[in-house]
Amino acid sequence: MTLVVEAAGALSLVEDLGRPAMGRVGVGPSGAFDRAAARRANRLLGNAPGDAVVETFGDLVLIAESAHTVVVAGASGPITVDGRPVAYGRAVRVPAGRRLAVGAPTVGLRSYVGLAGGIASPRVLGSRSTDTLAGLGPRPLAVGDRLEAGAHRAVPALDDLLPLDRGGDVTLDVVLGPRDDWFTPEAVSTFLTAAWRVSAASSRIGVRLDGDPLPRAVTRELPSEPCVRGSVQVAADGRPIVLGPDHPVTGGYPVVAVVVDAHTDRLAQVRAGRVVRFARVT
Amino acid sequence: MRVLPCGDRAVLLDCGSLDEARGWFAALDGRAEVVLGARTVLVRGEPAWCRDLVGASTPRTVDDVAPATVEIPVTYDGADLDEVATLTGLPVDEVVAAHTGSPWTVAFGGFAPGFSYLVGGDDRLRVPRRPSPRTSVPAGSVGLAGEFSGVYPRESPGGWQLIGRTDVVLWDVDRRPPALLRPGARVRFVVA
Repeated sequence: MTLVVEAAGALSLVEDLGRPAMGRVGVGPSGAFDRAAARRANRLLGNAPGDAVVETFGDLVLIAESAHTVVVAGASGPITVDGRPVAYGRAVRVPAGRRLAVGAPTVGLRSYVGLAGGIASPRVLGSRSTDTLAGLGPRPLAVGDRLEAGAHRAVPALDDLLPLDRGGDVTLDVVLGPRDDWFTPEAVSTFLTAAWRVSAASSRIGVRLDGDPLPRAVTRELPSEPCVRGSVQVAADGRPIVLGPDHPVTGGYPVVAVVVDAHTDRLAQVRAGRVVRFARVT
Repeated sequence: MRVLPCGDRAVLLDCGSLDEARGWFAALDGRAEVVLGARTVLVRGEPAWCRDLVGASTPRTVDDVAPATVEIPVTYDGADLDEVATLTGLPVDEVVAAHTGSPWTVAFGGFAPGFSYLVGGDDRLRVPRRPSPRTSVPAGSVGLAGEFSGVYPRESPGGWQLIGRTDVVLWDVDRRPPALLRPGARVRFVVA
């Protein structure tokens, strides 16, 4: 049960739901950026929710050495088997010797390719995920790599996913703090009302936002403190960075607010130039 | 100590000092997932549950937390040793004597797996970071920055002033636990 990588695109990574409870030894969570999409791909295959999938920016081509059932979820784009279009978000059979091609997404940014049985690569510290900051887990997929599928456990579901709709601005709920009082009241107000534009310099470590800088009320250096997926750090230049799955465990910039956990998945799919807004919840 | 909000899956305990933060870390470790910072402790969980747990707990005093001591042999030939001597006004052999002369304490991790911020060393060794970071610092490099000393667990970019190198392996994913240094441990540098 093997798929061979014929093309890996800009970046394709094996990810599951990450490494919980490793922060105390300096290891971040990692795992799929869009966890909801990874879970959906697994659910449609009858896999366990935490089975490993491929997270890709597209232009990924896999050759099935034997027949496989796969699902593409998350960002949507052209998906073909030996050149014939196949469904997004539905279990698809790839016969032995055929090529599955996941094109560059037209909507969203990161697609998730699930295999029936999951990807059976070795676990490092309890997870199969690649942490791009820490250098843990397998290196990014390269031409010639072999993806071994695990033992298939269930019949794929018959339902399918609605295509991902990410039109318009993306609004993320945030809880203010822990360091909102390090900023002027005007800066906090700007943070909550401005249209922030996603920078091209974004990654799994953090999504950088461009806009008017947020002035600090407290200018001394912050002793390094723990941060989480969704922490909105404000860097020295006054611009926010929303931390992603491969974030460092501690950081030295004040965190003005934290995106509620369920909304952090949306950041996996916002392209450079898109507008992000923050809405306060308590 | 103040309990600060940190999203919908954690709270952050803001403590007056590293010792107080270590005391809270020791009190909560094992009852919740906790991460130690320089003055703070992250407690993961539903925030109301975290606040109840913290309210029902008392911080341990740091003396209760018996420190293990780790000896790290260092070859003091770092690229910034002369720069550190200039910045501190100490001759090179005095820099080495100051670095080895008193034990350091593992404060907290972060930056990279296995990397620990060490505090409590000789105050004369406080030096700023390099004006611009190196793109590549070799694994095992021993550095200084601000109130901290530290050892790079693997090759990575870095802005610390490098004073030496060690062969000790700080991070090994196949070791249990993978990190050699844990918060609260004592570290004594010795000349290799």
